[in-house]
Amino acid sequence: MSTFVYMTRCDGCGHCVDICPSDIMHIDENIRRAVNIEPNFCWECYSCVKACPNHAIDVRGYADFAPMGHSVRVRREEEKGTISWKIKFRNGTTKDFVSPITTKPWGKFIPKLAEGEKVKEGEINTQALYTEPKGLNIDGELPSVPKDSFKKGVYY
Amino acid sequence: MMTINPYATLAETISPSVIQAFILVMLALIVIGTAVQMIHHKNVTYFFNNAKKAKLAAERELGVGEKTSVILKTVVHDIATTAELGVGKRRVAHVMGMYGTILFWVASVVLVFGYTGQGTPTSTVWPMIWHVGAIMTCVGGYWFWLFLRVDVLAEAHPWYRVIKADLFVLALLACATTGLAWSYFQSSGSTGLGYLFLILFITSNIVLFGGVYWSKFAHMIYKPGAAIQKNLAEADGSRDNLPPLADAPKQFGLGIKREQPKHY
Repeated sequence: MSTFVYMTRCDGCGHCVDICPSDIMHIDENIRRAVNIEPNFCWECYSCVKACPNHAIDVRGYADFAPMGHSVRVRREEEKGTISWKIKFRNGTTKDFVSPITTKPWGKFIPKLAEGEKVKEGEINTQALYTEPKGLNIDGELPSVPKDSFKKGVYY
Repeated sequence: MMTINPYATLAETISPSVIQAFILVMLALIVIGTAVQMIHHKNVTYFFNNAKKAKLAAERELGVGEKTSVILKTVVHDIATTAELGVGKRRVAHVMGMYGTILFWVASVVLVFGYTGQGTPTSTVWPMIWHVGAIMTCVGGYWFWLFLRVDVLAEAHPWYRVIKADLFVLALLACATTGLAWSYFQSSGSTGLGYLFLILFITSNIVLFGGVYWSKFAHMIYKPGAAIQKNLAEADGSRDNLPPLADAPKQFGLGIKREQPKHY
């Protein structure tokens, strides 16, 4: 359904704000804790749940396959390179899973995507891209974000 | 200025019993404000319901010794050093402000009840603690308020945007700042400015302690409670339904946690 925040655990650090791909995790103006400002737009990607250092974010599952009383919680330990899940069913059955998320130190052995296949000259004039660059509705260059402004640990 | 008890100087014009009564009223305001807030926000109800749920999900029962050890560890590690904030500027600022405030308040009570009025001894240590506490509160507090607040840091709001959540920190900073200014002007003989900052000091104290219900003052009481409950839940295996720690060595370094959030 969507994420929600346990207020006693959240300390408003902002990791969830940083990582949310939909930009819907924000810091509440009054209580200064994280809040999902647009639950309808949350696709339960679990990015914020995994990124939260205090395990303050949880997700309510859809009632048809995750009835009330269930629990799906996750612990991402990046130094160990593991992600652990605990699934708790309504009847009390629990299942624990541990999976690797990396097998190499973070920040090393990053694929050099920029050095990959170059865009072919003249491709812009092919029929497939017949609306571009005019259709992009930009004047001149494509907008770009400097790579050194990316958060450490996020690679492109 | 640092070694002069400002309350003793004040007691030459105002009766010490009035100053003592003021402190007692402030203490009463804390108790009443916190109690009313807890009843209204149902913090305690939530806390005990959560504790009950955790007990049901516990994998093993903790003995009295184990519980005491967990609570002591929480007090020493999580509460005394605000470990929850991780390593970084927020923690340093919080620890500085927290201990500054504690020193400032404790020294205020000691100075007013022990060293103010006729026939009481004079102390140079406690006034020093009072001033150092106020300075630490100012350094930690202004650092936090101007630079580290999450909605300034992460939500790109300007530092001068004041909202209800700032009531506690601003009132506390006003107390420490006006207290220092009052002490300075009083000891330097500027009577007019001394009285002006005394009035501001009294006003900011009334706002700070009278605004407990609306401000974040009570977090001093329920945040330690939540930390203790969290660590007890880790120890008894209920872990708020979280999976146990993975049995693997820490060998890959930090990924996204390498950098504090600040890209807004």
